[in-house]
Amino acid sequence: MLLSIRSLTKVFPGTRALDDVDLDIAAGEVHALLGENGAGKSTLIKCLTGAYLRDGGTITLEGAPIDPRSTLQAQELGIGTVYQEVNLLPNLTVAQNLMFGREPRRFGLIDMRGMRSQARATLAQYGLSIDVDRDLGSYSVAIQQIVAIARAVEISGKVLILDEPTASLDAAEVAMVFDVVRGLRDRGMAIVFVSHFLDQVFDLADRVTILRNGRRVASQPIVGLSRMALVEQMLGRALEEVVASPAPEAEQAPAMLHFDGIGRAGVVAPFDLTVAAGEVVGLAGLLGSGRTETAEMLFGIRPAQTGTARDADGPLDLRHPRAAIAAGFGFAPEDRKTDGIVADLSIRENIILGLQARRGWARPIPRAEQNRLADDYIRQLDIRTSGREKPIGELSGGNQQKAVLARWLAMNPRFLILDEPTRGIDVGAHAEILRLIRTLTDKGLSLLLISSELDELVAVADRVIVLRDRAHVAQLTGAAVGADAIMHAIAGTGDAA
Amino acid sequence: MTVLSRIAPQLIVLAALIALVSVFYPGFLSIDIQNGRPVGPVIDILKRSAPVALLAVGMTLVIATRGIDLSVGTIMAICGAAAAWALTQGLGAGAAIALALTAGLAAGLWNGVLVAVVGIQPFVATLILMTMGRGVAQLITEGRILTFTDPGFGWVGSGVALGLPVPVWIWLATAIAVAVIMRRTALGLLVEAVGINRRAAHLAGVNATVLLIAVYIASGFCAALAGIVVTADIRGADANNAGLWLELDAILAVVIGGNSLLGGRFSVAASVLGALIIQTISAGILLAGFASEYNLIIKAGLVLIILVLQSPRIASEWRLWRDSHRAERGRT
Ligand SMILES: Nc1ncnc2c1ncn2[C@@H]1O[C@H](COP(=O)(O)OP(=O)(O)OP(=O)(O)O)[C@@H](O)[C@H]1O
Ligand SMILES: [Mg+2]
Repeated sequence: MLLSIRSLTKVFPGTRALDDVDLDIAAGEVHALLGENGAGKSTLIKCLTGAYLRDGGTITLEGAPIDPRSTLQAQELGIGTVYQEVNLLPNLTVAQNLMFGREPRRFGLIDMRGMRSQARATLAQYGLSIDVDRDLGSYSVAIQQIVAIARAVEISGKVLILDEPTASLDAAEVAMVFDVVRGLRDRGMAIVFVSHFLDQVFDLADRVTILRNGRRVASQPIVGLSRMALVEQMLGRALEEVVASPAPEAEQAPAMLHFDGIGRAGVVAPFDLTVAAGEVVGLAGLLGSGRTETAEMLFGIRPAQTGTARDADGPLDLRHPRAAIAAGFGFAPEDRKTDGIVADLSIRENIILGLQARRGWARPIPRAEQNRLADDYIRQLDIRTSGREKPIGELSGGNQQKAVLARWLAMNPRFLILDEPTRGIDVGAHAEILRLIRTLTDKGLSLLLISSELDELVAVADRVIVLRDRAHVAQLTGAAVGADAIMHAIAGTGDAA
Repeated sequence: MTVLSRIAPQLIVLAALIALVSVFYPGFLSIDIQNGRPVGPVIDILKRSAPVALLAVGMTLVIATRGIDLSVGTIMAICGAAAAWALTQGLGAGAAIALALTAGLAAGLWNGVLVAVVGIQPFVATLILMTMGRGVAQLITEGRILTFTDPGFGWVGSGVALGLPVPVWIWLATAIAVAVIMRRTALGLLVEAVGINRRAAHLAGVNATVLLIAVYIASGFCAALAGIVVTADIRGADANNAGLWLELDAILAVVIGGNSLLGGRFSVAASVLGALIIQTISAGILLAGFASEYNLIIKAGLVLIILVLQSPRIASEWRLWRDSHRAERGRT
């Protein structure tokens, strides 16, 4: 075995995040690490890369015990990591990012020409021929992700760890990254792959290890394993899948909100939209097609320059988020780390933050009421935590996402915009959240749902609007809402209207 | 976390310092009554802590928003000059105090607008007033030391009420009032949210702009109080030296109070204890009989020790050690 982990244990106050976990990873295999939110996947990886100090257990690399105490040390030992959020510097050029810290030198100065040619040669191995003098940030997330992988492989070269690397990629980009990963596997690298997208796991992985509550449940080859068996091992129970809703009856409901000719130059072309009470409108489109921009415009983050918004009582002011909130809007953003969580505050404080801001500083929510709200949502959304006073930053990624959703649900909006609400959420919680959304819309909540997962749109949306190149290009209603139809409309090949 | 466990490290440091000084100077804790006034080293420390303690209260809020206010020393000078000017113009103590407080609020508003509306970095924004403001103060005093004899105003700096010097009551009342306002309303939570993640707070509907302006105004107000106390105590306004370098002591007090310069969670009580710790060190060095040349060196050394003991690194290693011992015990 290239990498062997024995009896790995990690304890946080109130939580045994890893309990006696064994894991073997061979050279030339893609090993998927699966489990519910909070199962311990990221913790295991952080112990492996030295980001956390383990409390017990041994790690052996190529037969020799290792004890990485920092990510730098782990890199030098041969273990490189790529995270969901690209952790490179977007303002530096591709070449600088790739060679950062190991620039070729001539006469003590950085050899720019040498650096460029080395960077080009490296990227050529990954089938990329791009201008290495342009800023990294000017390329798509997929290319940035590949540059991150190339950098990790160049520096480390034995083990490559990918923690949810595809969460913000579209289907074609995922295929591109996967080709790169397969190439590395064939060159004999060991690859650890964490993802909540089971299709991708079946597509890429050779073996899977499943964690539950910090313990290893199983390690097995993936061939012959069914999706259902995998999910049962993860959750410890069978999953009731949420199936597509029948053609909605919401069409009869009168429109609650009207947006007329609303748009912003260079960001979103003007469009009309009406939303009925209890209706779920889906927004589909490729990354960069203007989905998030549409959401930010409706919520007043980058407000509309043209058009009007109104409800039955008259025009609505949506010039900034506070105004939108006053109009009964809510917005759970895509990037939970920068736009969602307030890391050092507790789960309770994060959940009540929006509610408190709306009441004003002079009328604090009584503590008993805060506790009740927090406990309610921790139970309803199954947020895995040792208590409501835990800082939200110490929750696992998926559980942070649930707590941000709770903040908006607690405010009881009439129109809620959800931007990739289930990103990073495990299959079990995913079904729970979709079910919760159904209950809320039955009670009259209207939703604008942005999602890259077509199945999710098909499952809950009454109507899907498709965006391409920052304009609304198609609308699918009722029975026409199907994964194939959406895909065609996105690609511009169907005859959807 | 309860208030007591939050300020426990500062209380322990203060107690240790008092014990240490008492070894060198046995009469440290004694208090005598002379002419109906309490006198003694401890009373002296409490009184001399007033300027830094007041500044630290406002500075705590500014730092909680991930900002910094370098102008507080200068604001003290402006407000002291304004009060002295009012008195020399024949106005009463009440009017002088009102004028000084208004000047402090205006200075805070200026800082707040630069930071929150114009978007200048707090360090730079308050540096502008820090340098420019001394000039304003000098214009008010016309370059002289403005002295006055108003006994009512003087009482604010050197009077005694209910057995304690008036400045002590002023900083105590200010600290308690600010702490209570922050924790009994939602202000404390909102300030912390803005300091930790302004964008997320903004998206959640928190009015970050108004909150930021408000904390700089609060800091200006606290600086005005400090300026009034100092001016009243020496019965004169010295535009060149009033409050000079005190912004640094205030920042130090906040840091000794365990508040992170990166913003977020804050404790006003801990910052005020930090101010007391600084003053106790200064007084202790003199009382223990060290030559004054050693003063700054010993002070810097002690502060360094305190900060190292409080560093998050050491705290987390200690916690690790403690937890692993607990885990050990739990297993057996
Ligand atoms: N820094 C920390 N301090 C305290 N507890 C932590 C910390 N990091 C993780 N935990 C806890 O450890 C457990 C495992 O978290 P981890 O992040 O490994 O989960 P995960 O499997 O990666 O989940 P997800 O799929 O949601 O990303 C959780 O209960 C989490 O709250
Ligand atoms: Mg994780």
